[in-house]
Amino acid sequence: MRAPLSWLAEHVDLPAGMTGRELAEVLIRAGLEVETVEAVGADISGPVVVGRILAFVDEPQKNGKTIRWVQVDVGTEHNEPHSDYAQGCRSVVCGAHNFAVGDLVVVSLPGAVLAGGFAIAARRTYGHVSDGMICAEDELGIGHDHSGIIVLPAHDGAGRALEPGDDPAGVLHLRDDVLDIDVSPDIGYCLSIRGLAREAGQNLGRRFTDVIDRPTPAAVADGYPVRLDDAACPLFVALTVTGIHPSRPSPRWLARRLVMAGMRSISLAVDITNYVMLETGQPLHAYDASLLNGPIVVRKAGAGEVLVTLDDVTRTLSADDLLITDDTGAIGLAGVMGGQSTELRATTTEVVVEAANFDPVTISHTLRRHNLPSEASKRFHRGVDPNAAYSAAHLAARLLVELAGGTLAIGETVAGELPTMPMQTIDAGLPAAILGVGVLAERVVEILRESGCDVTVAEPDEADGHRLALVPPTWRPDLRDPYDYVEEVGRKVGFDQIPSVVPAAPVGRGLTRTQAGRRAINTALVASGFVELLTFPFGSADDLDRMGVPGDDQRRALVRLANPLAETQPYLRTSILPGLFAAVNRNTSRANDDLALYESGTVFLAGSGEAAPIPSVGHRPTAAELAAIEAALPRQPWYLAAVLCGHWRRAGWDGPAEPAGWRQAFAFADGAAGAVGAHLERGRASTAPWHPGRCAELVLGGEVIGHAGELHPDVIRAFGLPARTAAVELDLDALLRLAPDGGVIAPVSGHPVAKEDVALVVADSVSVADVERALSDGAGELLESINLFDVFTGGQVPPGHRSLAFALRFRASDRTLTDVETAAAKESAVALAGERCGAVLRAF
Amino acid sequence: MLGPEQPAEVSQPAVDRMVADALAAFAAAGSSAELKAARLAHTGEKSPLALANRAIGTLPGTERKEAGQRLGLARAAVQQRLADREGELSAAELAEQLVAERIDVTLPVEIAPQGAPHPITALIDLMGDVFIAMGWEIAEGPQAEGEWLNFDALNLGPDHPARGTSDTLFVAPIDHHMVLRTHTSPVQVRTMLDREPPIYVVCPGKVYRADEFDATHVPVFHQIEGLCIDKGISLAHLKGTLDHLAKAMFGDDIETRMRPHYFPFTEPSAEVDLQCFVCHGASVGNPDAPCRTCKSQGWIEWGGCGVVNPRVLLSCGIDPEVYSGFAFGMGIERTLMFRNNAADMRDMVEGDVRFSRSLKGMAR
Repeated sequence: MRAPLSWLAEHVDLPAGMTGRELAEVLIRAGLEVETVEAVGADISGPVVVGRILAFVDEPQKNGKTIRWVQVDVGTEHNEPHSDYAQGCRSVVCGAHNFAVGDLVVVSLPGAVLAGGFAIAARRTYGHVSDGMICAEDELGIGHDHSGIIVLPAHDGAGRALEPGDDPAGVLHLRDDVLDIDVSPDIGYCLSIRGLAREAGQNLGRRFTDVIDRPTPAAVADGYPVRLDDAACPLFVALTVTGIHPSRPSPRWLARRLVMAGMRSISLAVDITNYVMLETGQPLHAYDASLLNGPIVVRKAGAGEVLVTLDDVTRTLSADDLLITDDTGAIGLAGVMGGQSTELRATTTEVVVEAANFDPVTISHTLRRHNLPSEASKRFHRGVDPNAAYSAAHLAARLLVELAGGTLAIGETVAGELPTMPMQTIDAGLPAAILGVGVLAERVVEILRESGCDVTVAEPDEADGHRLALVPPTWRPDLRDPYDYVEEVGRKVGFDQIPSVVPAAPVGRGLTRTQAGRRAINTALVASGFVELLTFPFGSADDLDRMGVPGDDQRRALVRLANPLAETQPYLRTSILPGLFAAVNRNTSRANDDLALYESGTVFLAGSGEAAPIPSVGHRPTAAELAAIEAALPRQPWYLAAVLCGHWRRAGWDGPAEPAGWRQAFAFADGAAGAVGAHLERGRASTAPWHPGRCAELVLGGEVIGHAGELHPDVIRAFGLPARTAAVELDLDALLRLAPDGGVIAPVSGHPVAKEDVALVVADSVSVADVERALSDGAGELLESINLFDVFTGGQVPPGHRSLAFALRFRASDRTLTDVETAAAKESAVALAGERCGAVLRAF
Repeated sequence: MLGPEQPAEVSQPAVDRMVADALAAFAAAGSSAELKAARLAHTGEKSPLALANRAIGTLPGTERKEAGQRLGLARAAVQQRLADREGELSAAELAEQLVAERIDVTLPVEIAPQGAPHPITALIDLMGDVFIAMGWEIAEGPQAEGEWLNFDALNLGPDHPARGTSDTLFVAPIDHHMVLRTHTSPVQVRTMLDREPPIYVVCPGKVYRADEFDATHVPVFHQIEGLCIDKGISLAHLKGTLDHLAKAMFGDDIETRMRPHYFPFTEPSAEVDLQCFVCHGASVGNPDAPCRTCKSQGWIEWGGCGVVNPRVLLSCGIDPEVYSGFAFGMGIERTLMFRNNAADMRDMVEGDVRFSRSLKGMAR
């Protein structure tokens, strides 16, 4: 809502000299979102004055134009001497022809700056020195018209005769402060000068004059016949004005206000309905009475009914659309947009003015269904004061009489009646309790009465104190619940009056185990060199195809979005990896080639396929309803994934480059697990999207919780990734669930360690982990640690085999081990490795 | 050196000469090796002092004691000087070695690449810590959420415009009533359904809007919301909590403003503004110094808040006659923009590693 300050000032007694910005501060404090205060006309400076045309000569030019060489009296202060005129004048070149000798015009003189920074200087043109310029609307920024120059009336708005040299700013409504306010949905009444002026008055403590000053009468049917067939239209006022002059233009003040308020000037009758709407908040519609056929009936649309709206679009109506109809069918989409068949024409002399009230929900459905936001629907879907209709209709009729020369027909129609406003009772102490600032009961009553509420104070009750019975005014349908009244009091007291008090929470339990675990993992991964990313959790079936994910994989349990952001990514992700692959592409395209990226976040695996119920509100849903919602939702485990490519370590002075690959992928998984005290075991696996020979399943507590390794060459090709790109993806929830909870601290042995190395030859098919486990199991409890320190092939190692060298450390907690004990433990370790893995002790 | 055939002299002048020779030799030794040679020559078994000492036994008893004392003092003096000289030489040699072993400490060392958390994650943790320190807890919930939890329970009725497909992403089919949560408020609902008051929780997480994608809007972003339900809770407590958070995020001199607003789930509702950190209000009404950050308004909107609407409490099974509460929420991305001057929200989601690496130090 764009509200010119001058317009507001006609409805509220603003303090003298108050600027738009000062008023904006007051309104912002009261909860109105004033987005900008535009100083309209502030860019026009220097001598811009009223001039009277003394004489002119039309001079045809070679380019086909005819210019006028004009002598204009701009007042003694600005006139230059001229031989023909005693008072002097200025001589200017003008391209327009819509003026005559004696007309008053607007002249900008050298030194003036017009709209858009257009500086005026004396300049040579068409063989003359033009000593200024006669202005058109657009040059002054007051309109878009450049078809001719502005011809001023003889008198200003106050009836004073305009003289050459006068400042035309007032008569042109050149300067004003326009407040642009984003009105929130609960205060629809502020979509009007009336509502904003009321708020200003209340918050400034200044007198407000309500333009809605006629009580709505009981139903009367003396005017144009109207029948209400649907409860969504509780009230309909119709007045008829006859004998209007269709060619009369809108007066400058009217058109100017519409423009400042952000609307266009169309024709006088339409401008009047818009003007009254802006002023009162009551949308109006004017019908050409000669085009109406039979009584106006408000009803719901029939199936397949169509309407051509004012914007020249043929709309197929829904049975939920509320219509204004006559004998010919639909003539308007109630509260949203009028129809073309009855719209005002250039020939219209008799109009029927409609001022009606409509149900906000019905209107909002229609406006959304037809995607038709209009000035009317914007107001109706928030709720319009039903009591405004009657007064607004009369305001419009009066303007049609005064400005368009019409006559108000005798007999008016008021169909329907004012709705009753709901009563609510509150404790007078409630606002103070909820706002946290002292507000006396008297002040609560005063504020609510100023807001238009009908307040009845019950006798103070010993237990409850003052109870207030409250009925909101017709323009405040938002005042319904006790807390709505609390807010109304709060807005008027001012939120800046509320003290700042930190509440004392009871002792907390800190982070949950899961939250602490996630943080520990993040910290460890970052410290070890990985960069965290956050990608959009959307995906496509094509991603899974390119990853080679088979049809029965759980990652195919896709959840589709009904209205995805991009049709190419219609699903929620079941794997984080495609998002990271895209991030790799983006980074490498920007020459960020060495990448160790990870993301920690949810994936979405399809739920039961059932619908989630929508329980009723106002009470806790049943356990069954809540369980049904849970069952319907996708499973949303938290995953952890990483992608590695390029170099892990760049070539340096101290060593060659180290490529990033499957080793770091394994280390990533180990590091994440290690951060929460878990030790992952790795087993051979063959899973998409990994290289079948270079993929490990990550096992914890007997559960496979993820996979890591080098990507399949086909996947690398399909996603355009660097060669040998490696990746990890694991179920972070499972990792945290299976991670140990601290354990027991064993006494630290002070006895010496005994070290033994063994080298075992095993077949290639035997994994290190199996050999290590066998050695460990065989060595028994004296084994303190085991470490693989060499893998060797060739030489004396037979083909298809490799030699694995392990360093074993033995220690007892209670004694120094003898050589015999150590040797026995080592032999038993080697024996078990031989038994389980076919390992043969290698002779050095 | 004296020949073995010559009897050793033990007279005072002879001993003094031996000592003087030894000390001179030690002083002349310029390295540990030279000192070792001098040591052998002057304290070894064949040294004059050793021979003289051995000769004591051959002296008559009357002279023996005196000579013994003389030689004892002399040998002690020589040993002392030897130890001192050894210390001097090894210190000098160590000093030389340390100089020789000097490295260029500016050589780059790179054990691992430079890791970094995403700034949004870092900020979520930081904001969470502010509340953990106050005794609050962090609550989490699903991102694909029941429509009832995202809307109805929060007093956004079936006709609320935000429930349309132009604002909200729906899980297909729409009539299965599941959405990608448009705020983290359903976590508040879940918390109220799960726990008895008092409740003091913050809910950080990812949220979704069918929004445009530009420098200040991304369709997937992060919020942190707070919920406090207790006896006697008022708007003053909300103000205190937000002031504390603002100071923790932006420093002690940050100014905040609570401005009445409208949200269906709170009543009264407000928006919380921060004083513009660029112009500090100087651009207001001053066309010569416009501020792009606050559009010369002096304030920038940080988040929404208010007293929990009793209709919400009722739907969550909490008696509004006994308990009241407040809730607030703000965008993490927006907070990051204000705190760390991140200019373009698109950078936060495009996954360029340079963005993640750009925040440094404790004050993430």
